[in-house]
Amino acid sequence: MKTFVTRRLVVRLLWVLGALLFGFVVYAWRSPIPPVDPPAAESFDAASIQRGAQLAALGDCVTCHSAPGGETFGGGREVVTPFGTIYSTNITPDPATGIGRWSQAAFQRAMREGVNREGDHLYPAFPYDHYTLINDADSAALYAFIMTRQPIQARRTHENDLSFPLNIRFLIAGWKLLFFRAGPYQQDSTHDAEWNRGAYLANGIGHCGACHTPRNNLGAEVASRHFAGGEADGWHAYAINADSKSLEEWNAEDLHMYLSKGWHDRHGDAHGPMAAVAANLSSVPDADLKAIATYVAAVMGKRALPLEKRALESTSSNDTGAAIYAATCASCHDGTRPLPFGGVKLMLSTAVTGENATNLVNVILEGLHPPEGTTGAIMPGFSSTLTDGQLESLVAYIRSNLGAQPPWTGVENSVREARSRLRD
Amino acid sequence: MIELRVNGQSHNVSADPDTPLLYVLRDELQLNAAKFGCGLGQCGSCTVLVDGAPTLSCVTPIMLLEGRQITTVEGLGTREEPGPMQRAFIEEQSAQCGYCIPGMMMRAQALLQRNPRATDAEIRAYLEPNLCRCGTHMRILRAVKRAASMMTGPDASPTTRTPVPASTEVGTSEIDSDAQRDRRHSEKRERPER
Amino acid sequence: MNILSRRAVLRGTGALVLSFSLTPAAWTQGAGAKLPGSLGKNPSLDAWIRIDADGKITAFTGKAELGQGIRTALTQVVAEELEVPFEQVSLVTADTSRTVDEGYTAGSHSVQDSGTALRNAAAQVREILIAEAARRLKALPGQLHADTGAVIGPNSARVTYAELVSSNLLHAEAQPTSKLKDPTFFKVIDKPIQRVDIPGKVTGGAAYVQDIRLPGMLHARVVRPPSAGAKLASLDVSNIEKMTGVVKVIRDGNFLAVVAYREFQAIQAMRALSRVARWSESASLPSHLPAFLLGLPSQDFVILDQHAAAAQPALKTLEATYTRPYLSHGSVGPSCAVAHLTEGVMTIWTHTQGVYPDRRAISEMLGMSPDKVHCIHVEGSGCYGHNGADDAAADAALIASSMPDQPIRVQWMREQEHGWEPHGPAMVAKARASLDSAGHIVDWDYGVWSNTHTMRPGPAGSLLAAQHMEKAFPVPEPEPIPQPEGGGDRNALPLYVLPNAKVTHHFLRQMPVRVSALRSLGAHMNVFAIESFMDELAVAGGLDPVVFRLAHLEDSRARDVVTAAADEFHWSARATPAGGHGYGFGFARYKNLAAYCAVVMQVHVDRDTGRIRVLRVAAAVDTGQVINPDGVRNQIEGGILQSLSWAMFEGVTFDSTRITSIDWSTYPILRFGSVPESLTVRIIDRPGTPFLGCGEAAQGPATAALANAVANATGKRIRDLPLNAARIKAL
Repeated sequence: MKTFVTRRLVVRLLWVLGALLFGFVVYAWRSPIPPVDPPAAESFDAASIQRGAQLAALGDCVTCHSAPGGETFGGGREVVTPFGTIYSTNITPDPATGIGRWSQAAFQRAMREGVNREGDHLYPAFPYDHYTLINDADSAALYAFIMTRQPIQARRTHENDLSFPLNIRFLIAGWKLLFFRAGPYQQDSTHDAEWNRGAYLANGIGHCGACHTPRNNLGAEVASRHFAGGEADGWHAYAINADSKSLEEWNAEDLHMYLSKGWHDRHGDAHGPMAAVAANLSSVPDADLKAIATYVAAVMGKRALPLEKRALESTSSNDTGAAIYAATCASCHDGTRPLPFGGVKLMLSTAVTGENATNLVNVILEGLHPPEGTTGAIMPGFSSTLTDGQLESLVAYIRSNLGAQPPWTGVENSVREARSRLRD
Repeated sequence: MIELRVNGQSHNVSADPDTPLLYVLRDELQLNAAKFGCGLGQCGSCTVLVDGAPTLSCVTPIMLLEGRQITTVEGLGTREEPGPMQRAFIEEQSAQCGYCIPGMMMRAQALLQRNPRATDAEIRAYLEPNLCRCGTHMRILRAVKRAASMMTGPDASPTTRTPVPASTEVGTSEIDSDAQRDRRHSEKRERPER
Repeated sequence: MNILSRRAVLRGTGALVLSFSLTPAAWTQGAGAKLPGSLGKNPSLDAWIRIDADGKITAFTGKAELGQGIRTALTQVVAEELEVPFEQVSLVTADTSRTVDEGYTAGSHSVQDSGTALRNAAAQVREILIAEAARRLKALPGQLHADTGAVIGPNSARVTYAELVSSNLLHAEAQPTSKLKDPTFFKVIDKPIQRVDIPGKVTGGAAYVQDIRLPGMLHARVVRPPSAGAKLASLDVSNIEKMTGVVKVIRDGNFLAVVAYREFQAIQAMRALSRVARWSESASLPSHLPAFLLGLPSQDFVILDQHAAAAQPALKTLEATYTRPYLSHGSVGPSCAVAHLTEGVMTIWTHTQGVYPDRRAISEMLGMSPDKVHCIHVEGSGCYGHNGADDAAADAALIASSMPDQPIRVQWMREQEHGWEPHGPAMVAKARASLDSAGHIVDWDYGVWSNTHTMRPGPAGSLLAAQHMEKAFPVPEPEPIPQPEGGGDRNALPLYVLPNAKVTHHFLRQMPVRVSALRSLGAHMNVFAIESFMDELAVAGGLDPVVFRLAHLEDSRARDVVTAAADEFHWSARATPAGGHGYGFGFARYKNLAAYCAVVMQVHVDRDTGRIRVLRVAAAVDTGQVINPDGVRNQIEGGILQSLSWAMFEGVTFDSTRITSIDWSTYPILRFGSVPESLTVRIIDRPGTPFLGCGEAAQGPATAALANAVANATGKRIRDLPLNAARIKAL
């Protein structure tokens, strides 16, 4: 009988496989870029450095690249991913332990292609799938800023903790092949200049989608669900597209105020990982924030229908939750003190009307704590005050009676995860 | 009537269920240590322990606390038999006006019960929610470290109480002499020629 | 037993007759008084020291324990000179029925004035006892000595103080000089005796005015206007009166309060009352503060104007303007008072710094005779000057006056303390000076613009309740505090040798924001400005900041303190500033007549985040004869930390109508994350010299040291406080 798999077929398949492998290696291999002497600070002009500072603020570089209590840009911050834990790198211009020997070309390659000076592929925890949009001038400005920071000698104290085969950087090229298209931003002629600027910043250095877009099983953003909501550091990053669940619609003006101040009286305070983002945005030029707001508002679009609200249930079905709310929360959240220092009216908060209970549970348990020496809303955390049962009653009450939304599922999970994160 | 368990004793309190614990402790149970500093959960002067966890009693209505174990400074020891945290604060003379100190002690007690070998950096980070306006911070840190060493010594536990001899306070008790000797040793005084 | 029960505090006066002067103490030390310290105004010895028939010794001071440790320190002084064990002396503090009038516990005068009085009184009492023993033993006083509560004579004769006292023995006038003990033989003075109040405070003892519980006591809360000058337009209290537990709603003009059985009921009623009250406000608060202050009409006092031909001509001239915002006391425990009107006498338990002045003001407010108003000092949380304490006392008294026989407890809320306490004034200072070729200062011109630093009672109009009630009392006219103490011009006269110098105090009468005394008064700002400017001059002259200061200091104790601080810090071994690190030095003699203090620090400044990390701090202090070295150390450490908080973070905020910094979220202060890594204090002991007050000595030098360290670290000078993250990022 003739078998399908003949020897010739096998040999041909092996040749094809070999060619594919060869092709992959050719595709994936990157040469090292020779090291340079750390450029002198005087070699950069002040305007460039200033623009770079603004871009770094937009990119929130300092948050990932500084360990809590550690030196600024000195790296060492733990980034937990579904694939393991990665530690951020020292991006100060220290020649030995930082990127002091990176030429501008090396820096730009990292931003555009996700490859470091030595030629290794970078994990997409560094969101080069967004940074790739950066244009040449901005890349040069960012380089000028980074190269004029204080060099910090900080060797890696932790190695990345990724299981095989993810700890083989070469294989990231495969991920890139599937999910990554390098290249600077291309103008969209169907929209005006401000929209384009906003899109360039939000999707590029701002990397909003890195949190606000859902990811697939291989950790790549699902392009077709741009801005449909995502996760970051145990918090939920709300949908900021047409699926937005906020009670009141966001418009460009609201977004602009929120981005520049970190709060809006009809929406609430930036909290969780967004607090640091908003704090950095306060040093970004207003025109850039307006552009981002214009773009995001356009993506959100105008809602066809207002957010659907259920009829309020009578409190007798959740007396406990109502009583807890009245005694514990109402003095601030139904008080007379306006935002940003007073408590937001909870029905206005997407933490209450949003897709899941994660953020509401997190805020109730942790509270809000501005960085030392800065003004900002202080909310005490209630992790030691509320038992899990009390918390669940409270959350259910807030969701139904203030948010007028159907109950969430998975509240117990959110509580368990939040508590275990607090314990660490 | 709500039953509260405070420092190991049960109390039936008549305050409304939405009354914050702070006022029940102070006004109904006549416990002085937990203090009113802000009533907003911003300063930590009202800190007590609930089931061993540090809790701001000014924003905690008593309706949430049935069946829970509440501990205040009064539960750490007495004037005659102070616990290690209290002894440490006395020995380090860790107070100026002293108003924030009970909150500091309870917060630190929570830390050391969970992590008796807390490092200096961990103690500093843990005390962040508590304000001191007099600037006693350096002594508070020293007192907490001292309490930690008392708690981790042989036969020690976070709650071991040590009776203070009758002639107390000054110059006569063992505790005080140690403290005074420590201080004299660490002082740098100059006596210029007269 | 609750030691602060009514019966305990009002118990009778004991075995001996007490007498004390009824004339109020003046603000400054009595000019021309021959008697030491406060004895000048209160010369009768038994006003200060009492010995009971059972040997119990009680000392009396008109000063108050504020947390600065003077209860312990003054007890040490008495025990030492009286030759009795420390624990046998009990000290009664500030009480208008029991102690002398020593004005305010302020200005670092407690040890200088009351300590000196008590030391001399105790020494003189001791000699009186020895003389009495000599009479009984038919011996010569020279053959006798005092020891451990008894007089010892020849042949082991021993008579205890208890046996010696008779009812009038100590009713004697104090003498100008006393036989003071030789410091070599001190048993308790200059020893780190543990504070007598700490054990109670850490074991739940009743220690504060907030802890007072009297039978039948009611809880009151005031509803303050939303801004100064606001008028209560309309009010319907019918629903409030119906709330559970509410006893009364009080409205007297713009003064609004509610009284309830339980504390939380009072709070809930206060919130409800606040919602129904309608006020009319007016925009009266300034913007662009320094320009506003410089534009106000001023009363100019030239407090120094000396000319001498310079040895060398001026080579370089520098000019600089420095500013600081309004600062809050920010007492951690908001103000509180208990008042009780019964049988025509109003008793008030209060943490005011001045029981006599507050009594005068409150009695004027109520139209009562002062001898029918009894103010008793009970500790509050640290006040750091004139905070809301006097006003809380007035609130309680006003409410109690309409509710006789019911003790009334008023507790201010956090927002009320922050919003209504009198703040430390905002100030501007301008300096100009020239250096010669050798780096010597050849001319110096300094001007400081400031409101008054004291609006203490005084007159009734200094109290909020009196300003708000229907028959309102006018806010008193502000007056400057004359040199050598000074107010806005405190420490405006540098201790440096400046033969060619002019210093002007521009006194601003208009006070858009309520102001009064905050720890060290104008010294904080003037020392910050002068010491910053000294550093700027040193840099211009290419000179080491310490060497530069020593080149202009002749006062040997000042030189010792500067040298000691530099040595404690290892100043000369410091590394070249690099990588964001810097070093700074600050020195002053508080008021040029109290303690000497120098502070040195090393900081790290992150220009990207604007964060300052204070790494190492070293300080040296000369406070004359030390009573309690640990107490001195505690005050200097605390002063440094508080001053760092002021300098790094603080400033009262307001819009055109209201104070907006009303709690810790809007007025952030230093937390543990900004505490220095190390802090050491070296005390230069001067046994046998007069006591010098040290409670405020570190405020100015610490802020100056920080400003100089930040300039050293960044190469850029910030002249406006606070040195917050925004200003550093903008460098």
